[in-house]
Amino acid sequence: MNGRNFIYFIKEGIKGIFVHGFMSFAAVSVIVACLIITGTFSLVVMNVNVLIDRVEDENEILAFVDDSLDDTEALALVTEIAAVPNVASATFVTRDEALDEWAATLPEDYRDMMLTGITSADLRHRYVIKTEDLSRAEETAAEIAEIDGVEVQFDPRLSDATLSMQNVIRIVSYILAVILFIVSMFMIANTVKLATFDRREEIGIMKIVGATNSFIRWPFVIQGALLGLVGGAIAFFVQWGIYNYACNLMLNYVGLEMLGDELISFGSIAIRMLLIFIGVGFTVGVLGGSLTIRKFMRV
Amino acid sequence: MVVFNNVSKTYANGTKALKGIDLRVEDGEFVFFVGPSGSGKSTVVKLITAEVDPTEGEMLVNGFDLSKLRRRQIPALRRTIGVVYQDFRLIENMTVYENVAFAMRVIGEGSRNISKRVPIMLDLVGLAHKSRRYPRELSGGEQQRVSIARALVNNPQVIIADEPTGNLDPARSGEIMDLLRKINDLGTTVIAVTHEKDIVNSFGKRVVAFDGGRIVSDARDGYYQV
Repeated sequence: MNGRNFIYFIKEGIKGIFVHGFMSFAAVSVIVACLIITGTFSLVVMNVNVLIDRVEDENEILAFVDDSLDDTEALALVTEIAAVPNVASATFVTRDEALDEWAATLPEDYRDMMLTGITSADLRHRYVIKTEDLSRAEETAAEIAEIDGVEVQFDPRLSDATLSMQNVIRIVSYILAVILFIVSMFMIANTVKLATFDRREEIGIMKIVGATNSFIRWPFVIQGALLGLVGGAIAFFVQWGIYNYACNLMLNYVGLEMLGDELISFGSIAIRMLLIFIGVGFTVGVLGGSLTIRKFMRV
Repeated sequence: MVVFNNVSKTYANGTKALKGIDLRVEDGEFVFFVGPSGSGKSTVVKLITAEVDPTEGEMLVNGFDLSKLRRRQIPALRRTIGVVYQDFRLIENMTVYENVAFAMRVIGEGSRNISKRVPIMLDLVGLAHKSRRYPRELSGGEQQRVSIARALVNNPQVIIADEPTGNLDPARSGEIMDLLRKINDLGTTVIAVTHEKDIVNSFGKRVVAFDGGRIVSDARDGYYQV
């Protein structure tokens, strides 16, 4: 394909878009809608992943050391705990340190009042244990519990719930993405089909005077690609607006403001989102355009 | 040059359109294909332009061996052939000039060649003064001349005119046939498919008569016998 033909193809492709303005508008709208739906799901998944990473960091197994053991024996337990599979780290925390840490989490105004009468002697030494794979943390906790001289405290519900939620959202978004991709593709295919129908006489003449198949095909493929690109670009900006609006809405809600630091800022992923939207739009368009024109290629 | 060697064509629905045709059209010849409808003459045209494949036999068109022709070679074959149809097949929303230029544009010719060659063709068919008109503003005879200009613009070796005068009154028909003769005099092979006796008989050119899928006569300086 030389430059001269390329300009011709672009011109013809744009012509095709405006001949059926309403159909083109409909196709672009469907692509925008599909991209935003999948995009929104992806953004939710991304945010959930970030939150889960954080939960994973915080989701610790606490192993309290029995008071009958002296300090040397308590410290020696680390080798046994570390030997349990899936244990990433086991940090020894003395009862004094534990009290200080706990005190630090209390509101300043009430701290002294709440700590009245409580000394480190009321607490036990403990190991703070992190796992490599959170989904197997429950097993790991059970194995640690079998070690003599420790008592394990672990609440598995949090991790199970978050993990299964993550999986559900991920699967749903994959299925949605595939369905919406196909829907968009057929919308483009139909729009391009209308253009080919208008121009069946031209196509007939092109064939009889010896135009090559690729020459006949290009304008329609480009028409599809342009529709997809426009859809991708529009969807990107709309997605940006929706995301920021949703973030602000959440942060203004009492109780959710602590999410503020955790939410992914759109700016940080804007380039990636733009490339994905435009790339998907382009692919959908090219496939849709090619799909339609294929049947004209016989004879 | 067009050569048919024992060519048969049976369509998918079982119709035997051609039964063992032997035919040779030399470069620079003017040939009429005549015969009643269903005699096979239209199938011959479709075989030459590779719109259908022969069921049996060997075919040679302008150096292309059609029995070995690959799909992607079809455009190259068709660039050596110009086709003129009974119903003109002009594009309504293009001017006379654009209709002719379109045929060059779609085989990848540049605008320089196009703007050089299209006026020459329009002049040849006597429509240079109407190049900016649309097909609906022209008479049937004029529209057919535009379609002849379009068939010629890529400088084909053979012009196939499939019932070119079928939609025209006798006076206009005569003009179209005179134009085809002029084109033939300039060196292009012309195959004219028709069933208009008067025209064929007044020309005194070679006449190949088809009936029932066979060639029933092939007369030099012939006339329409059936």
